[in-house]
Amino acid sequence: MLGQLIVSSLVVGSIYALMALAMSITYKASEVPNFSQGEMAMMSTYVTFVLLSSFGLSFYPAMLLTVGFAFLLGLILEFFFLRRAKNPTPLNLIVITIGFQLMLYGLAGWKWGSEQRQINLPFSESKVIVQNDVFALTELNLATLVIAFIVLLVIYLLIQKTKLGLAMKACQQNVNASKMNGISAYRIMAISFGISSIVGAIAGVLVAPLLTLDPSMMWDPLLKGFAAAVLGGMKSLHGVVIGGLLLGLIENLFGFYISIEFKSVVAFAIIVLVLYFKPSGLFDKHYVRKV
Amino acid sequence: MRNLKTTYFEDLQLFKDGVHLFWSAVLILALFTLPFFVKTYYLTILNLMAVNVIVALGLNLLVGNTGQISLGHAGFVAIGAYTTVLLLKLGVPFIFAFVAAGVVSALFGILLGIPSLKLEGPYLAIATLAFGLAVTTLIGRMDFLGGRMGMNVPKLQIKWMGLKYDHALYYIILSITIIAVIAMRNILRSRIGRAFQAIRDSDIAAAAIGIHLTRYKLYSFGLSALFAGAAGSLWALYLGFINPTLFSFILSINFLVIIVLGGLGSITGSILGAVVLTYLNLQLENVVDIPLLGAALYKFSEVFMTTTGIANVSWVLTGFILILVVLYEPLGLYGLWLRTKIFWKRWPF
Repeated sequence: MLGQLIVSSLVVGSIYALMALAMSITYKASEVPNFSQGEMAMMSTYVTFVLLSSFGLSFYPAMLLTVGFAFLLGLILEFFFLRRAKNPTPLNLIVITIGFQLMLYGLAGWKWGSEQRQINLPFSESKVIVQNDVFALTELNLATLVIAFIVLLVIYLLIQKTKLGLAMKACQQNVNASKMNGISAYRIMAISFGISSIVGAIAGVLVAPLLTLDPSMMWDPLLKGFAAAVLGGMKSLHGVVIGGLLLGLIENLFGFYISIEFKSVVAFAIIVLVLYFKPSGLFDKHYVRKV
Repeated sequence: MRNLKTTYFEDLQLFKDGVHLFWSAVLILALFTLPFFVKTYYLTILNLMAVNVIVALGLNLLVGNTGQISLGHAGFVAIGAYTTVLLLKLGVPFIFAFVAAGVVSALFGILLGIPSLKLEGPYLAIATLAFGLAVTTLIGRMDFLGGRMGMNVPKLQIKWMGLKYDHALYYIILSITIIAVIAMRNILRSRIGRAFQAIRDSDIAAAAIGIHLTRYKLYSFGLSALFAGAAGSLWALYLGFINPTLFSFILSINFLVIIVLGGLGSITGSILGAVVLTYLNLQLENVVDIPLLGAALYKFSEVFMTTTGIANVSWVLTGFILILVVLYEPLGLYGLWLRTKIFWKRWPF
C-alpha cells in the first residue's frame, strides 16, 4: 500500500512541481508571485478542449497550438499590463495579476459557462500499464510523470545551456547591468512570462482529467503550486521541484493514514513550520539585508 | 496653501483644520439622519460598506502602514463572527460579545504574527494564506460551531426609542465604524503608528533608533486582527446567517483589493476603496439591466459567447477596473482625490 501511495503522490506532486516551477520562473524574473498563473493555465486547457472536441484535432497538434496560445497569453500579461505600471511596488504588481486573473475567470465563465466538462486525452485513466506487488500505474499516471519529467528537463536545459537562459539569469541578478550589456530586459521578462505560462498550461492539461474542466478548476493546484514553491524556496529551480514532490507526499500520506479532510491544512501547517526555521524555504539561501 | 506638515504638533492633530472638522461633522450628521429619508435596501448596502471599511482599516494598518502582507484576513473576520454568535447564543449581551470578538481575534493575530516575524514577501503571503484556510477548515469540522451547514445568528432584542430593527442595526454599525475610523487615526498619529511607518520604510533603521521590531510587528498583527474581528462580529449581525464558505480565500483577496484600490497607508483610502468596491460589486452583478449597454452586451453574448454565463461580465469588468486603477493611479482613489484637490487649488497653474 505504501508503494502505491508513494507512486500516486509522485504523480500529484509532479503536477504541483510544474505549477511551482511556473510560479518560480516569473517570480525570479519580476519578484511577483503571479496569481493569474492558474487562470492562464485554465484558459489554455479550455483551448485544448475546444481544439479537441469542436475542431476534432488529434492530441499532439492541439497541444502544439495550446503551447503557442499559452505563450501568447504570458506575453499579453507582461506586455499590456505589467510593463505599463510606473514605478510599481510588488503589491501593485500582485494586484495587477489578480485583476488579470479575474478577467480571465470572467471570460472563461462567459464563453463556456460554469458547467463542468470532460476533456478527452489519449491517455486512459482506467487502463493499467504497470502492475506488480508494490504498485499499479495507469496510462494517465505514466504520461503525467513522463511529460512532467520532459518539461522539467527542457526548462533546466533552457536555463542552464542556452543564451536565452543566460540572459534570464543575468536579468534576475542585476537588471541595469544586463541592460548595459545589451540585453533587452523587457523582452527577457516577457519571454519569462510566456515560458512560465506554457509550463502552467501543460500542468493544466495534465490535471484536467483528474478534476473536471470548469473556470475554477485551477484554484487548488495554483495554491498548492505556490505553497510548494515557497516550501522549496521560490528562487531555487531544483528546490521548487522537490518542494512540489514533497508536498504531494505529505498530503497523500497524511490523507491516507490520518485524516483526508485535514490534508491540505496539515500540508500548509508543515510549510509554516518549515518557514519558521528556514525563512526562505528549504533550498534557497536566506539573504539578510545589510545596511 | 500648505500640503506638507511643518511642525510636530500638526502631526499630532486629530483634524488638520476647521474645514476638515466641519465637513466630517456634516458627513456624520448626514449619515445619522439618512434612515429617515431612504429605503431599507440602501441601509443594507451602507451596512455592508461600513463592515468592509472596518476590515480595510485594519488590513491597511498591516499592509499599508507596517509593510507586511496578509492573504488570510478572512480568517480573522471568521473568528470574530463565530465568537460573537457563540456568545450571543449563550445569552451574553451583544456589547460584551462584540468586545470578546475583537479580543479573541487579536489574540489569534498575535499567534499568527509569531511565526511570521522572520518572513517577508511571498513567504509571508503563504503563511497567512495557510492561516485563513486552516480557520475555515477547522470551523467546518466543529459541530458546536454548526460545521459546514453554518448557523443562524440570534436577532438582537433592541428596545431603544422605538427604533425599527433595520434602523437600529444601521445605527450600531455606523457608530462602531465611526469609532473605528477615529481610533485608527489616533493609532496612526501616536508613537505606535509612527513606529509602524518606520518599520515599513526601513526595518533596519527602525531597529537602530530603538524600535522593538518583534513587539511592534506583533502589535500590528494584533491590532489589524482586532479590527477584522470587530468587523466580523458586525457582519454576522448583518447577514443573520454564517457558514465557513463565506470566509473563503476570495474574501481575503477582496479585502486586499479594497485597500490597493483605495490607497495604501491612508485612512481616506480605506474608506473610499471599501465604499467604491462594494458598490461596484453590487452594481456589476446585474450588468444586463444597465440601459443600452446591457442590451448590446446581450447581443454580443448571443453571437460570440453564451447568454447563460453573462453574469461573469462583472468579473471581467472588476478585473479591468482594478488593473486600470493600479496602472494609472498607483496611490489608488486617495491619490486621485489628492491630485484633483491640488489641481483646483493651484488652478490655473
